[in-house]
Amino acid sequence: MTNTLLILILLTNLRLLISSRIHACVRWVAAQGILLGLLAVVGRQADITLLGILFALFTAAIKGWVFPWLIFRAIRESEIRREMEPYVGYNLSLAIGLAALGVSFWLGRRLPLPGLPGPLFVPVAFFSMFAGLFLIVSRKQAVTQALGYLVMENGIYLFGVVAVRDEPLLVELGVLLDLLVAVFVMGITMFHIQRDVESLDANQLTQLRD
Amino acid sequence: MMGSLWALALLLIPGALALLLPRLRWIGAAGAVAGAAVGLVACARLLGGAAAESLRVHWSIPGGLLYMELDALGAFFLLPVWIVTALAAVYGVEYLGRHPRAPLAAALFNLLAASMVVVVLSRNALLFLAAWEIMALSSFGLVMLEDEKDSVRAAGWTYLAASQLGTAALLLMFILLGSAAGSLDFDRFSAAGRGGWILALGLIGFGTKAGFIPLHTWLPEAHPAAPSHVSAVMSGVMIKMGIYGLVRLLGLLGPIPAAAGWWFTAIGISSGLLGVIYALAQHDLKRLLAYHSVENIGIIMLGLGVGLLGVRYGLPAMAAAGFAGGLFHVLNHALFKSLLFLGAGSVLHATGTRDLDRLGGLVKTMPVTAAAFLAGALAICGLPPFNGFASEFLVYLGAFHGSTASAQGPVWGGLAVLVALSAIGGLALACFAKAFTVVFLGHAREARPQPARDPGPAMKAPMLLLASLCLAIGLGAPRLFPAFQYILAGRTDAAAQAAALGDARAALGTATGVMAVFVALALLAALWRIRRLAGRPVSQSVTWDCGYAAPAATMQYTGSSMAQPLTEFLDPVLRAERHIEPPAGYFPASASFVSHTPDFFQRFLYRPLTALGARLLAPLRRVQHGNVHLYVLYIALTLLALLAWSLGAR
Amino acid sequence: MSVSGLIPVLAALTLSPLLFGVINKVKALVAGRQGPPVLQLYYDLLKLSRKGAVYSATTSWLFRAGLVGGVAAVVAALLLVPLGGTPAVFAFRGDFILALYLLGVARFFLVAAAMDTGSAFEGMGASREVFFSALAELALFVVLAALAHGTQTGTLSAMLGGVTPELWRAETPSLALLLIALVLVLLAENARIPVDDPNTHLELTMIHEVMVLDHGGPDFALVLYTSALKLWLFAALVVGVLPIHDGPPAAAFAAGLAGMALVAALVGVVESAMARLRLARVPQLLLGAAALALVGFLLLAAG
Repeated sequence: MTNTLLILILLTNLRLLISSRIHACVRWVAAQGILLGLLAVVGRQADITLLGILFALFTAAIKGWVFPWLIFRAIRESEIRREMEPYVGYNLSLAIGLAALGVSFWLGRRLPLPGLPGPLFVPVAFFSMFAGLFLIVSRKQAVTQALGYLVMENGIYLFGVVAVRDEPLLVELGVLLDLLVAVFVMGITMFHIQRDVESLDANQLTQLRD
Repeated sequence: MMGSLWALALLLIPGALALLLPRLRWIGAAGAVAGAAVGLVACARLLGGAAAESLRVHWSIPGGLLYMELDALGAFFLLPVWIVTALAAVYGVEYLGRHPRAPLAAALFNLLAASMVVVVLSRNALLFLAAWEIMALSSFGLVMLEDEKDSVRAAGWTYLAASQLGTAALLLMFILLGSAAGSLDFDRFSAAGRGGWILALGLIGFGTKAGFIPLHTWLPEAHPAAPSHVSAVMSGVMIKMGIYGLVRLLGLLGPIPAAAGWWFTAIGISSGLLGVIYALAQHDLKRLLAYHSVENIGIIMLGLGVGLLGVRYGLPAMAAAGFAGGLFHVLNHALFKSLLFLGAGSVLHATGTRDLDRLGGLVKTMPVTAAAFLAGALAICGLPPFNGFASEFLVYLGAFHGSTASAQGPVWGGLAVLVALSAIGGLALACFAKAFTVVFLGHAREARPQPARDPGPAMKAPMLLLASLCLAIGLGAPRLFPAFQYILAGRTDAAAQAAALGDARAALGTATGVMAVFVALALLAALWRIRRLAGRPVSQSVTWDCGYAAPAATMQYTGSSMAQPLTEFLDPVLRAERHIEPPAGYFPASASFVSHTPDFFQRFLYRPLTALGARLLAPLRRVQHGNVHLYVLYIALTLLALLAWSLGAR
Repeated sequence: MSVSGLIPVLAALTLSPLLFGVINKVKALVAGRQGPPVLQLYYDLLKLSRKGAVYSATTSWLFRAGLVGGVAAVVAALLLVPLGGTPAVFAFRGDFILALYLLGVARFFLVAAAMDTGSAFEGMGASREVFFSALAELALFVVLAALAHGTQTGTLSAMLGGVTPELWRAETPSLALLLIALVLVLLAENARIPVDDPNTHLELTMIHEVMVLDHGGPDFALVLYTSALKLWLFAALVVGVLPIHDGPPAAAFAAGLAGMALVAALVGVVESAMARLRLARVPQLLLGAAALALVGFLLLAAG
């Protein structure tokens, strides 16, 4: 079950790389968030506490509902285009994604963390971070940058589940709150940039350099 | 050994006579054929298991020794040399016809053939390098045969420069190999812990000749520029001398560097994939074939890489199948690639153009050339029942042994090779489906004053012979396996290798059986069709034109349009230049679309580098001013300096 | 060589036209129509093989030879494919390579026949066919290499026979990924929705149908029969990955045949439920199939 969830997370990452619509992308990120929430419950079946379940639900709610809602709202209000506008084509993105996947598995073998709930945790965590990073770097729109940060954060969350055995969810909570603020700020800035520059192409931010 | 020497004499003497007696147009080719007959007998004996023969004669050059040896590996590499040069020489007599430089071409051609034989035979570094240089210079002369054309001159100089850089790397490599041993004889070489450096130099030096990416840029320039029978020899045989050098070097190194298998595999993947991708974007028939040589060299390297990985990870089945497949592909590629170049030569001879998009419909007026080219096209795509399949199958088999292994290294190496080979196979099929069909099928895209005809017997016979060899080897491949036992001797553990080769042979044997069934089924289906149509109305009409009243030949799909979806898809790699003038207005008077795909490495690596070199070296031009007196002074000063240095060093 | 392996081949030769019947029936039922009889393709084949032929004056002997080579290649490839636990006639290490290359021969000849007519339509189809098939072949290679790795075998018969319920339990995610990839390849290689629409003939978006515009009579019968055989071959691969070939040979073979019908029904459902993809998305779909297969391999080998 844990493995299946991890593989689904892995596949959502690949799907994000070839998605050409921003709305679809947001939905996939939301799905990934819900999968992560499920994972937090399923992944530690043995020592699950009520608090743990609550945190997991909170994670799922934030990642799967609040963030997407915020982003959707930002998209609607700033009236941006619905294409992803990639620098790197979708096919090439997929190829790069597969290469990153290979690297992640290689890193996973090189980094055997003690007390792993499963062999896939580390590779999938790395892969989520790579995929998020790649989305940030290779797509023009500011919204996708926010999405990329979210995917990267999901990777960090996975690490949190793996690496910090005692209270991963507390650590995670901190990160999550940071992110909440980040998304808020992003939403507001996007709105303002839109008003000032009349476009949300991250390229155009260069206009603001002085 | 004497057999090979006689064969060399039979090659060289008529070659010289061809220059002296220009009226005897056949004499050079006759020598090539006679030499091949004698040389092939010697090779056959070695491949049948006879012991290696050697010859040592003292030579007046310090460090040099006239030391030659013919072993099974050498004999295997000599097979394509003899077969292809003999057939190409016969073809060349008619192809060049009464060209004023035909005698010179014949002489250079025989010299080229002889130098390749000596490269394979020599066991002394100086002898090897001398033969290597003669090979480069004679082929340079042949490329420049029509040096009144600007494009030919540019191609020739590019070739010469690349060739010399490669030789420089080889010189360094031999110095490293020889300095530890204190001798330049192959049998006394030792790598002495510098195997990695030596192999790297070898990969650069031999790789320039073989045409690895990114050392390949001379290849798509020089091969189309040369006369077609010379292209056949250069592309079919001469670039294999680079592979021969590498294989020989691997035998001389002693312990092979652990990473060698990965290097070879990486080179194989990049050359194979990029070669076929660039080939897809070409619309010059001979240039397309030249890029396919890069691709096939990649396949050979994949085979050798799989072999080396098998050795490294202790998988004899993987090693044997990989080495056997890579080496077998050397022979097979020599046959089908020279066949394709000869076919392209016939098309060029008959129509005067190599541009795919101006040809078409030749199968009706040139049936023999079309059939031969079709055989070559099927073979180069690795399609059964032709010979390309047999060798690619062995490489696949080796990679497959790796991918089903339990250790991680061979699994990923094997998978990478499997994926690369299947991608290369699919793209090669796309490319030859384009090249063959656009040239030979459909309508002629340009009106010709007189229809293009098949050439005469001297050009037809070599093509037909090569085509039947391709088919015969494809169906008879399992019979060649005993020879692999001798060729691969010493590469891996003998008993394990024999068992592995036995397994591979059994698999290929069954595959051949299935191919025979395929041929039988095809005949059966043909028979059914003929019987069905007998006595029924069969009529002729126009191609379905969708109701359009004035279809024209130029509306057919061209080579460029056929490859367009793929080239568009691969544009991140290809970076084609397109010049589009779209139709404008309701009744557009003119519109045009031109695309060409310059070589990436030429454009972004070599051109900036050579420009930089030219700028840096410009001050040196002052030294060269044409004043002979000063030149003599330079020589004297150099000699004096050398004398002082050598006395001082003592 | 196994004589019992002739049974799957005979089944393919006789029953393959039925697959199209099932697909069309399912499509009709989903759409609320009665649809053509299940045996329709048999009637079509009979009718076509009794007709004469009209050839374009542009064509040459390759146009006639193409179909013959194509059908022979596909039948020869079928000699290597097992069905329902019954091993194929021939099985040797790496036999899937030969099978895929025989399909390549069929493709080459089909494309040559299309280009021989000198028609721009058929050139368009040929151009797309070689492109998409190259990608589909890549995905198929990865799927089969993964199956070979998962079952630690080297022949098609053994690797498809080795997909047992136990293996499915142990490796559910990766086998599921491989199955999805295989179905995508089946849809693409057999010109089905969402890659190609078998119902339209002269749209500029077509691939397979447009290549055979100029074939008629017995030649067209051969074309139709070859595509039926090819669909059967891919369906047999898909069925091979299902864990149904345990138990006595006769029962397993019957289960295999039932699986074939199931695959055909699945294709019918997919065609009823989906629209054809934009042409530009097709390479992505096939690359996606290859990516799924690679992930499957990765999970088998490194997970």
